[in-house]
Amino acid sequence: MKTDDLIAMLATGAGATPPGAPRRRYATALVVGAFGAMVVMALMLGVRADLAEAARLPMFWVKLAFPATLLAGALLAALRLSRPGAKTGFAPAGIAAPIAVIWLLAGIALLGAAPGHREELLFGATWASCPFNVAVLSAPVFIALLWAMKGLAPTRLALAGAAAGLLSGATGAVVYTLHCPETAAPFLGAWYLLGMLIPTALGAFLGPRVLRW
Amino acid sequence: MDHEGRVSAAESRLRDLLVRGLAGDTAAYHACLRELSAHLRAFLRGRIARLPDEVEDLVQETLLAIHNQRHTYDAGQPLTAWVHAIARYKLIDLLRRRAARDALTDPLDDELAVFAASDTEAADARRDLARLLERLPARQRLPIVHMKLEGLSVVETARITGMSESAVKVGVHRGLKALAAMARKNDEDR
Repeated sequence: MKTDDLIAMLATGAGATPPGAPRRRYATALVVGAFGAMVVMALMLGVRADLAEAARLPMFWVKLAFPATLLAGALLAALRLSRPGAKTGFAPAGIAAPIAVIWLLAGIALLGAAPGHREELLFGATWASCPFNVAVLSAPVFIALLWAMKGLAPTRLALAGAAAGLLSGATGAVVYTLHCPETAAPFLGAWYLLGMLIPTALGAFLGPRVLRW
Repeated sequence: MDHEGRVSAAESRLRDLLVRGLAGDTAAYHACLRELSAHLRAFLRGRIARLPDEVEDLVQETLLAIHNQRHTYDAGQPLTAWVHAIARYKLIDLLRRRAARDALTDPLDDELAVFAASDTEAADARRDLARLLERLPARQRLPIVHMKLEGLSVVETARITGMSESAVKVGVHRGLKALAAMARKNDEDR
């Protein structure tokens, strides 16, 4: 087939392409994935019984805001990385800022605590299960996001996969706050972050393998 | 007109054509792809000078990619950056398949270079997309043949093939994606 014939073929009956396809794809993936994460949480872990009481404490909202703001930064990064030639812009700063803030809060909490109390702030009662639970809850969103990205056109595949992984990890972490009994900033800065980094690393590994087009 | 002026004139003209094309103006879309193909040819020819036989295949593969991924273009974004990123991706993909990164003779990172030159002399493609098209399953091949090659409408194609209108549209869309995937695969086997 000659190139001119290919061009004629591609143009014939091409029709209109509605704008905003990437955003719609991401919205679908996030809604479906977050719903999946809620179901997994309800079946596997259950919502903490004293949620209404816990929600009165300011630290509960800090715990929710940390993954929620990371989610926003990762969403911006993933959307940009799904379009050829789009600049990542503020996305890296949007990801770094929540981590910097939680580490700052963690540092203040650790410095202000009595030496014997510090270990408790960092490890809480559930440090061993938290990263694993966050990673498991991220799985439905992770799969949905790879589907969304596969229908778009990422050109930096490892980075795009990592952004999708972080986005799914942050969504999993937001859902996990409904179960998790911990409230200390050092705990969040260590184990929540570690849990979100598991799907991030997996995404960076899988990106070049499954996102090619 | 100087070099930069030519590039930015090409940028605004091509962007205008593409935006109209995405809104449904087929003639504008056709003109856009034609002009893009000349820019891509010059850009790629300069970058894989040691693989002259591959240029036209890669031009076709990149055009197919541009068409299949056209929903990812945002009108607020420079077209140069979008086209360059796709061409660069397809070029690196080819070089990876060839394991011949040393064939690169010019720097690859200057995105303005993609519209800097134009070459309308198409050599023959070595890989024949028409032959690959024949290998698609009927539910994808027939909609492409009737709609894209014979220029029939969705309704007419649906009537001739006995498929539903939505199946015809999905067939065209998936068929062109499958064609792009086969082109890559075919290249690996060669």
